This record gives sequence, structure tokens and C-alpha cells, in this order.
Amino acid sequence: MTTGRLHSIETFGAVDGPGIRTVFFLQGCPARCLYCHNPDSWGKDSGETITTESVVHTAKRGMPYYGREGGVTFSGGEPLLQGQFLVETMDALAEEGIRSVIDTSGTWVDEFTKPAIERSQLLLLDVKHSNSETFQEITGLNQDNLYRIIDLANEADKPLWIRQVIVPGINDTEENVEELKEFVRVRVKHVYQIELLGYHNMAIEKWDRLGIPYKLRDVPPMDRGRLARLSQLL
Amino acid sequence: MKEQWKGFKEGKWMDEISIEEFMQLNYHPYDGDESFLEGPTDRTRVVAEKVQELLKAERKHDGVLKVDASRIMTATAFPPGYIDKDRDIIVGLQTDEPLKRGICPFGGIRMARQSAEAYGEKLDDGVEEIFKYVTTHNDGVFSVYSDEMKKVRHLGFITGLPDAYGRGRIIGDYRRIALYGMDFLIEEKKKDKAALAAQPMTNENIQLIEEIHKQIIEMGEIKKMAAMYGYDISQPAHDTKEAIQWLYFGYLAAIKEENGAAMSLGRTSTFIDIFAERDLANGVYTESEIQEFIDDLILKLRVARHLRTPEYNELFGGDPMWITEGIGGMGADGRTRVTKNSYRMLNTLYNLGPSPEPNMTVLWSEKLPQAFKRFCAKVSIDTDSIQYENDDVMRKSYGDDYSIACCVSAIKMGEQMQFFGARYNLAKILCLALNGGIDERTGERVGPQMEPVGDGPIDYEEAMRRFNIYRDWLCGLYVNIMNIIHYMHDKYAYEKSQMAFLDSNIGRLMAFGIAGLSVAADSFSAIKYAKVYPIRNGEGVIVDYKTVGEFPKYGNDDDRVDSIAVELAQGTINELRKHPTYRNAVHTLSVLTITSNVVYGKKTGNTPDGRRAGEPFAPGANPMHCRDSHGAIASLNSVSKVKWEDCKDGVSYTFSITPETLGKTKEAQADTLVGLMSGYFNQGAHHLNVNVLNRELLLDAYENPDKYPNLTIRVSGYAVKFNALSKDHQKEVIARTFHCAI
Repeated sequence: MTTGRLHSIETFGAVDGPGIRTVFFLQGCPARCLYCHNPDSWGKDSGETITTESVVHTAKRGMPYYGREGGVTFSGGEPLLQGQFLVETMDALAEEGIRSVIDTSGTWVDEFTKPAIERSQLLLLDVKHSNSETFQEITGLNQDNLYRIIDLANEADKPLWIRQVIVPGINDTEENVEELKEFVRVRVKHVYQIELLGYHNMAIEKWDRLGIPYKLRDVPPMDRGRLARLSQLL
Repeated sequence: MKEQWKGFKEGKWMDEISIEEFMQLNYHPYDGDESFLEGPTDRTRVVAEKVQELLKAERKHDGVLKVDASRIMTATAFPPGYIDKDRDIIVGLQTDEPLKRGICPFGGIRMARQSAEAYGEKLDDGVEEIFKYVTTHNDGVFSVYSDEMKKVRHLGFITGLPDAYGRGRIIGDYRRIALYGMDFLIEEKKKDKAALAAQPMTNENIQLIEEIHKQIIEMGEIKKMAAMYGYDISQPAHDTKEAIQWLYFGYLAAIKEENGAAMSLGRTSTFIDIFAERDLANGVYTESEIQEFIDDLILKLRVARHLRTPEYNELFGGDPMWITEGIGGMGADGRTRVTKNSYRMLNTLYNLGPSPEPNMTVLWSEKLPQAFKRFCAKVSIDTDSIQYENDDVMRKSYGDDYSIACCVSAIKMGEQMQFFGARYNLAKILCLALNGGIDERTGERVGPQMEPVGDGPIDYEEAMRRFNIYRDWLCGLYVNIMNIIHYMHDKYAYEKSQMAFLDSNIGRLMAFGIAGLSVAADSFSAIKYAKVYPIRNGEGVIVDYKTVGEFPKYGNDDDRVDSIAVELAQGTINELRKHPTYRNAVHTLSVLTITSNVVYGKKTGNTPDGRRAGEPFAPGANPMHCRDSHGAIASLNSVSKVKWEDCKDGVSYTFSITPETLGKTKEAQADTLVGLMSGYFNQGAHHLNVNVLNRELLLDAYENPDKYPNLTIRVSGYAVKFNALSKDHQKEVIARTFHCAI
């Protein structure tokens, strides 16, 4: 039996997928996003070991709250990095009648990605940036896997809940939002929704603790009003 | 049929007192949404503004605007008072001016004296003279208390006992006045008295007859009080306005005469709705007029006050009255008890702004109309002024016409009363048990004496064995203390104005309580799963603990520790039940601290869970501050395990969550909150105080109180204006867990 690596659990998630959800943050991520709020989730060997049973046990405790739409969200880190564990666990959850959703950064694909996507209610996809150069600047990676994931989701007829973190000075412009819209229009078959998330700097402390230099130190948190105005373009 | 009853469905209620049957035959369930609601009228705006000014002045005067210590509060002691004589629709104040407080000395003359002196007033010489010859409740209790009883009280093993002030928690069924008028009610009491005269004159019978006699006299006084305001309440109310006025007169008499800790209104909104529906159908009043009546009633309730000592305020912070109104719920026949008037009550929080009083309590059922659930969630998010209690569990024990005394205590309307009994300190009993009968703070000896526990690591079974010995000792003592208090209260400070509106043969509940549940559970968990070593002072008293290793903490849905919390509650009630009670009251138990969790903490030394001496406990059944680290649902699930069957007086959980965590839009937030409460209550959980706000807001309010004159938050079974809390209480509230997503 495959085991997984866990970063943390949030038993009450209301903004990471439809309805009320238990969110499992899995350990390990190929991306090194400038504004990552969980830099301690990067290393794939840290965190604690978890089994499918323990995930199912915890997820079942949320069943009175899930209602018609809710369930489990696998976030990270990058959950697709633990593809085999993810697929086995999603199957075990399905047996208990619990739906699950993957929240991916679009930076990893392997042989388990397809079956994992097929098992997901929908896919939360963080499109770090539609432009390949900026994408590289933010994540340190190219966009290949992003495209492959979108293709896999399209093939599986899965709706995509597209998200993008809006960072002042990097992508907080009308042009960027228009570009994102165009990117989605061209590439994504089923759009569940597009959502802009405001950058915040609450993770600085974590970066400092880990001794990793934080490059966005001087960037202020995204202004709420401006974010709301940009969101209206969607 | 009486002319006032025209249009009502006939039934047995016409010949004997039965609000229940009257309601059942005549109320109109409402499953629509809030779109019918009306805003405040111009008149309401003017009077509400006046109340705001008064409240502002009160704040400026250290929280107490005026004190009248010249006379004893009774139904008729003061001439009529008004907020705005020309504009008041529902009339009546406790004294002759809004926010002026009077004295209720029958609970204890010393407390009355101290509370007056605290605000620069002196008891009138005449009053002092009278009480040279009068025995008060407080005198009676202390004439019987043993040294040991005084000691457990003094050391803080039991705190907050109603032995020097009114016990409260009695809810007169004031609806009876509106439906029947006073004359019919007086006749019924006379019949009861006559029937008892034919019985053998035992102690019990003589006591009851004398009590009914007092009730009958008081009912005459209440009629006089109404007459002073120009109303004759001897006959039933004609319409909605009169129904509200009649029942408010009943409540008003109670809060004039009694300064009980908690003075609930009851369950009036659906009853009033019957009159409202009749008047709407007959074109007597418009929706706007009916809302205006309700708004005006609520304004009266918002200026109700009692005079307290500073020590009392330390225990029950924020100047609460606990004017609790039960809203909604389901009927035994499966129809909802939600009516349009349930909405109107909640709508006052919009029309008049957020407020802690009255203590709006939504009786939550899985089967409540969806639209009502969503409206409640919306009101919670907007105002932080309402609490929720599980109608599906309470209905099983108390039927469908119960109400809530104080914060979480269910009582059958008209048929039951409660003997309120504060709470004992679980965490402190554990410290005492480990010390073998020496108080950890003072070194005083109390309770059974034995060798203190060894050098450790402390063995879990041994700790539990010791704890049970001391718990059993304390529970026996606790029941006896309560028996004395309530015997004396009945004898010397009998609540005739409230008891007049209850059945003569009443059921009694004796409500015990526990404080420090999470501290005790986590301490036992530390002993069981980590290694705990006692640290002794020079005299050999254990004053601290060294805890090595990790241990599961209550509030994370971890059965290893949650089961300990469940057993602590269960063990207590089982032990209490072994001891007979005064007037055969039924033992009940609550896990509710109100704001006394701060004082309980002050009176408790270091505990094995790592909590430092003097630090506040978590309120009620809450997990300790910020130890519930796995998110809101894990926390809710832990609390939901504490069984209602063991704690029929209520299990209180005060919950704070940030708006962003609930969702991105108002709509989404309301949906999520409904889902969260459904999941919690469907598992049999009992109570939830909901705060939807950010810690930063409270921090700002702490620093800049004037910016937030009306910031209302739920604390523990009730709501307060944040500014009315002491700085200690404010800090404790700020330190609580805020569930938030980043």
C-alpha cells in the first residue's frame, strides 16, 4: 500500500472548492513560487507520513457538513506529485461516498495525473500566469505541464476552476486579466469559474524562519478594492 | 366567547390556562423569506436615536448612568417612566427614568449597600432601618453554611453561587396575561389555593399555600402598576399592541422586583404572531405598524438594567440581563414554530442596530424552513448578536413550548422553574486531588486528606482515582450548598411576580455546572500521553508541573482526549444524582461559564496542561485558546461529543470565524454558515454562539473604544457590547481561537 506525505489538514475549507470541504495539504512541490505561502511544503520528504485509511477516517468526520456539493480537497504543495497515493485515496473516499477535488499548481504531470484528474469532481487550477516568461519568473518552471493538465482535463470533460494570485507590480493590470480570460477562452473546454486571489505577505515570517530569502519583501498586499475592480472584468 | 378572542379557534384553552393548546390551534407557520419585513418608522428612528444618546451617556459615567437607593424596588415603587413620553408605544420602565437603576435588597442587604456605594450613592436610612429587622436570603444562607462550605466557596472550588443576590433563571409565562387578562389568572390561583387547603398541612403544603398567597397579592400590584401607565390589564388583550404591552407588563414587574442573574423573556414571538396575523387579516394594523410595536418593545428591553457590585461585574462581564427570547424551533406535530414574527424579532437588529439584549436565541432544527436558516445566518454575519441552540435535542426532553433561561438552560414554559447553581472548578479539583487535599494557591487544607501524589511521572489511573475521590466529595457538598441556597431563596426572597405566571404545582430543575472542562481534559491527556512531573514549593505543595512530550488536545476531534472530556461531564452528573435535592428538583448539569472563565482562571494555579497560574480558562465547553489547530470542523466535532443527556442544562460553545473564511460573497458566507451549523447540530451538539469577525477588529476596538460604540459580540451564552467588558475580559476574548483560512 502506498503512503503519502502530509503537510497539514484544515478540517473546514469553504473557499477551496464547492461547498464545505476537508482540505489535505500534501507535502512536496516542484514549483518555487515567489509568493508561496507554504514554503515548508516544498520538500517532498518532509511532513508526516499518512495512509489512505487515515485520510478516509479524517474525511468521514466531515461528512455531516459536506452537504450536496462539499467533500475533500487535495491541495499542497502539489498534490499531483503524489499521484499514486492520490488515486488510491480518491478511490477509497469514493467508496465512502465522498467526492474529492484536486487543487493543482499545474507544474507536475506523470502517469498518475490522468487517472487522478478523472477522479476529481472538478479541478482547481492555479494559472500562475498566462504568459510563459512571467510564469517562469514566478514559478521557476516552464508552462509545459500546465498545458498538459488542461488538455487532460478537457479530455476527461472536467470543469476547471481557474485561479490566479494577483501581485502588485507583477500582474495587477487590466491587460493581464484580459490576457488570462483569453488564455482560458482558447484552451479550456469547461470553465467552472475564474477567480482572482489577492496577494498577501503573511508568509514572510515562514520564509524567514526557513532562512529562504523572500524576494517580494517590498511588495505590499494587494489592495482589496483594486482586486474587486479587476475581478469585475471577468 | 370573550370579545377579545374573536377570530381565534376555540378549544379547552378558553376554560383553563393552556397557552400550548391556544398556540397549537391558532398559529401560522411561515416558510417564506424576509422580503415582507419593514424598516424602522420615523418615530422609531427618533426614539432609537434617543436610546443611543442615553447609552453614550451611560458609557461616559463608567457604565452606570443613575442610581436610586432611596426605595426598595417593587412593581409600584416608582412612578411611571418613559424613554420619550409622547412617542413611546409600548410603555413601562423599571424606575421613573431610563437607565436609572434601583435596589433589590432581599437577596442581600450588604450587596445592595455595596453596589449603591460603588456608584457614590447611599442606601436610604429608612431602608437600612427596615433591614435591621428583616432576614435576607443572604442572611439565611450564611446562618446555615458550614465552615467547609464557606471554605470551598472562598478558595474558588465553587464560584458564582447565588447566595447574595437573586438567583434568576425563572421565566414567568407572561403570555398568559395577554391571552387571559389578570382577573382570570388570579381566579385560577385562588382555586389552586383552595384545593391545597383540603390537603394535609405538611411542611410542603403550607409552604406552597403561602407562596400562592404571595403571588395573588402581587398580581394585584401588577394590575396597579399597569394602571399607573393608564392600562387596565384585568381582561385579555384586544390586539397585537395590547398583547405586547400586557406581556411586557408581566416581564417588567419581574425585573423591577427581582435582580436575578438571568431574567429571560421566554418564548413570546410566535405567540404574538397570532395576534399580528389576526390584525393583519382584519386590517387593524399594517406590517409596518406591527414591526414598530416589536421595535418599541425591544427598545424597552435594551434599557433594562440592574445595579451590581464591581465584583459581580468581574464574574459576569458586560452588564448582562439575559433577556433571552427563544425564536423558531419545531412543533411536536412537525410544523415549524417559525412565524413572521420570528423574522420581525431578528429584524430589530437591523432596524435598531446590533445589540446584546434581548439575548436572541434561535432554536435550530434540521427541519427549520431553509429560508429562515439563511436569514439567521445572514443576521449572524451582519450583527454577531444571535446564538443557536438545538431544538431537535431539547424538544425531546422539554416538549415544543420550552424556553431558554439565561444562556443555554431549557425550561418548559409555565410548568418548570430552575434552581440556578453556578459551577464548580474541575481543574482546581484535579490540583487538589494531586495535592492530597491542599489548596495549590494558599496551602490551606480542605476535603479528604491523603498523601500528595509521588514525584512522577504521574500515573493516569492514579490521577483519575484521586480526582474521583475529590469530585465525589465536592459533588456531595455542592448539592447540599444548593439545597441551602434555594431553601433560603424561597423563604426570604421568593419571586412572587414571576411565580404568579407559572403553574402552582411546578417542576423544578437544579442546575449544577462545571468550569474548566478543556483545561481538565487536556491536563489528564498530558498525564496520560506525555510525562508529567510535579514541582513542589518549600512546603511540599505541588505548585507547578513539568510536562515532557506531546499530548492530544481537546478541540481537534481526537477521541483520545475528547473521551476524557465526555467522562468528566458524565462522572459529575452521575455523582450529583446520588444526592437528594431540595423540593425534589431534578439534577441537571451545564458546561457554561458565562464570562466567569476569567475569574475561575484567576483562582486556579498552574495546571498539568501547561496553562499558567491565573490564566483564564476557555469559556464553557470551548477548547482552550488556539489549541484547536485542525480547523473549525475538528473543533466543532470535539464539542459535539459532550453529551446532551449528561448536560441537560446546556453545553456552550462560543465560536469565532472570520468572514473571508466562510466565503467570498455574502451569499456564499450565509450558505456556508448554514452548512456548518447543520453539520454540528445534526450530530446532537447543543449550543453555538456565532461570531463572524476578525481579531484585528477587536484589537482596534480594544485600543479605540470610541470608534465602536455598538460593537456586539457573543461571549458565552450571551452577547455583550465589547466596550462594556473589562480590559481583562476583552483580552481573553481576543486571545480565543479565530478560525480562519489564509
